[in-house]
Amino acid sequence: MSSDIRFTDFKSDKQPTWCPGCGDFGTMNGMMKALAETGNDPDNTFVVAGIGCSGKIGTYMHSYALHGVHGRALPVGTGVKMARPDIEVMVAGGDGDGYSIGAGHFVHAVRRNVDMTYVVMDNRIYGLTKGQASPTSREDFETSTSPEGPKQPPVNPHALALASGATFIAQSFSSDALRHQEIIQKAVEHDGFGFVNVYSPCVTFNDVDTYDYFRDSLVDLKETGHDPSDKEAAKDVIFDSETEHQGVIYQDDESVPYHERHGVDEDMSVIPDGAPESATDLVREFY
Amino acid sequence: MAADFNWAVGGEAGDGIDSTGKIFAQALSRAGRHVFTSKDFASRIRGGYTAYKVRTSVDKVQSVVDRLDVLIALTPRTIEENLEELHEGSVIIYDGERTTMQDVEIPDEMIGIDVPLKRLAEEAGGAIMRNVVALGAACEVAEFPIENLDSALEKRFKDKGQKLVDNNKEAARAGQSYVADEYDHEFDYDLETTEEDYVLLNGDEAIGMGAIAAGCRFYAGYPITPATDVMTYLTGRIERYGGHVVQAEDELSAINMALGAARGGARAMTATSGPGIDLMTETFGLIATSETPLVICNVMRSGPSTGMPTKQEQGDLNQMLYGGHGEVPRFVLAPTTIDECFWKTVEAFNLAEKYQLPVYLTADLSMAVTEQTFSPDTFDMDAVEVDRGFVVDEADIDDHMSDSGGFQPHEITDDGISPRAFPGTADGAHMSTGLEHDEQGRRTEDTEMRVEQVDKRNRKVETAREREDLSPREFGDADADTLVVTWGSNEGALAEAVEFLAEDGIDVRVLSVPYIFPRPDLTEDIEAAENVIVVECNEQGQFADLVEHDVLERVDRVNKYNGVRFKADELADDIKASLAEGVEA
Repeated sequence: MSSDIRFTDFKSDKQPTWCPGCGDFGTMNGMMKALAETGNDPDNTFVVAGIGCSGKIGTYMHSYALHGVHGRALPVGTGVKMARPDIEVMVAGGDGDGYSIGAGHFVHAVRRNVDMTYVVMDNRIYGLTKGQASPTSREDFETSTSPEGPKQPPVNPHALALASGATFIAQSFSSDALRHQEIIQKAVEHDGFGFVNVYSPCVTFNDVDTYDYFRDSLVDLKETGHDPSDKEAAKDVIFDSETEHQGVIYQDDESVPYHERHGVDEDMSVIPDGAPESATDLVREFY
Repeated sequence: MAADFNWAVGGEAGDGIDSTGKIFAQALSRAGRHVFTSKDFASRIRGGYTAYKVRTSVDKVQSVVDRLDVLIALTPRTIEENLEELHEGSVIIYDGERTTMQDVEIPDEMIGIDVPLKRLAEEAGGAIMRNVVALGAACEVAEFPIENLDSALEKRFKDKGQKLVDNNKEAARAGQSYVADEYDHEFDYDLETTEEDYVLLNGDEAIGMGAIAAGCRFYAGYPITPATDVMTYLTGRIERYGGHVVQAEDELSAINMALGAARGGARAMTATSGPGIDLMTETFGLIATSETPLVICNVMRSGPSTGMPTKQEQGDLNQMLYGGHGEVPRFVLAPTTIDECFWKTVEAFNLAEKYQLPVYLTADLSMAVTEQTFSPDTFDMDAVEVDRGFVVDEADIDDHMSDSGGFQPHEITDDGISPRAFPGTADGAHMSTGLEHDEQGRRTEDTEMRVEQVDKRNRKVETAREREDLSPREFGDADADTLVVTWGSNEGALAEAVEFLAEDGIDVRVLSVPYIFPRPDLTEDIEAAENVIVVECNEQGQFADLVEHDVLERVDRVNKYNGVRFKADELADDIKASLAEGVEA
């Protein structure tokens, strides 16, 4: 695609209605920059968005896009990519979309290893419905529907991904703009399903998992000598409940994406004007 | 009509009943005879009564009847289950050496043919061929040339080697000779052969073949009886044409994958049955509101809930017509015969793309699992037309831009149909959404745009009513006082019922309706008839309700759908306006 693409080309003319200071601004900027940096343009990019504050991202970005049903963004992205291997597919949604109503799809999308990017904008809260516990909320996080906290452990999305056979698992922080963009970019470039959980703080309803909290606690895997190709090391990072990490946690360099395993490489939008040649063979089979 | 012959093989699930029946049906088809099959089966892998029934004639057969001439019974229950269909002189072939069949009682007025199926099969190379021994015995009873059975055995086993084919032929001959040698009874059957060429297929296969012919390249589904055969058919075949089948984790995923592929510009499809339709209904409004062309095939079975998964019903009509919150147009097509399953599938894809909306293509269990013979010309691939509707490319996209330069996939047009741009089309980038949107697909709650978009979507239905031929199929006596209306797979049985009625001096006119929505206006036909009977396989008469609804003109309507509630003064004005219109009329 053309080399003069700038990340602002991925911006739509709609002004975001996210709260001032919302982590989703930074998350989106990093996505747009990563898309531009990897040589994509709006006309060859398809963004699938879920439902919730995060789901509005499809409206604020400019590309081919679908803003779908709650929790089903991954299947839509899967369908787009299978039909159009030539199109860059990026799926974005929140922690509720991905790990609650859409958790089943998450497991199977990871297993399929379709060559697309999945960005989860994780604020550990349900924002659009004005502050209820999400699947990643802390056990003692008090909300209107969980006055004493959910009293159940948060989902560990990285562990879920690893157990489902993920080939790329990463964590970023929306406020660390350069690092976030770099990590998303690696996911886009990954040959397979690139999964990035992004800490994207909610400034209105979550006063625990704040910018300050992440700034103070995040440990960058780049600085710990972590080797993303080492699955055992990845496990240690994923099950270390004492530390918040950012960086590429695991990447399988041998990843074989779905389209290669299944030989799905044709642009399915192109079909003949009538029945395909040799379609009569299909009738003959019934003799 | 020439005499028909009714044959069945029955036993326990796991006895190979299906393949045995299919081989015999194939043999008859290859002998130039018409065939119509049916299955009695249960939702289990092993155990339980199951049967495969074949009705055959040199003339077209398009229904089952309550009559059985020859029955291969592998279990005592097979006889019990079919006592009402068996008649004086019916032949029952069984293996008296089989432990469970030793004490079996053959009703006095019937002819029991005891053939040591297992022993003869072992002599021919393996006990597994005992059903083929029975087929050979059946050939002898029915005076059906065994070479036709050879031909079907070759088709069935040729991939597994000539040795197996030869063993099976030998097994069949062992059964044939045994009956010839041991029974000097004269049976009254004579299954003559003809020079006609037929193909034998079921409704699910016809739908699958229609999908490939129509250019469907992407199928996502979740296995469910009785729709699984559509997926099974496509798997291994659609790939030859550059397509792909995905087994999704559930129906929610399946329909969203198909939606994604369709947004990518592919002709996409999913198939399911009632429980799956319930799940898919979640996404239905999104498909329709985002104006995405998609074919959703519903092979109906008995509901509600898990219902009777292997039994026939046409109970999902209302679900397809009205399922999903909010209001949004969809088309519902119901092929009435197996060959129509092919053509209506092709049409469903064209309608979906021409009108950019979801199309329900509905068959039912009876049609899905019934195999029927057709002349191969019935499926003339040269006659398949593909109409992709209003798709724009780089050259003409500039004509469909907003003032601010954005592509308008929901452009307000006179016929309600807007331009479509596939991903990759320069300057075509746009948003598709389940939110109400403006012409560019951007979210809006503007009361005027809301009404314009609702009206635009509904206008597509009016356009289709003007442009499409929605005629029902008509048969029977055109001048009869009695009009019988039906939809779906009942047509074949009704066509033959008309002949039975005529024998009793009762003439009826039949309209078989494949278009449920939009549907033909039957008002004149109904008013012209003295008696109107609607035939359908359900309890509530869902189609009958529609027919009655269409001829009723009693109420005037005041509607509001811009997102704002009724206001008292405005409502008073609306009612006055409605009354004034009524007076004028």
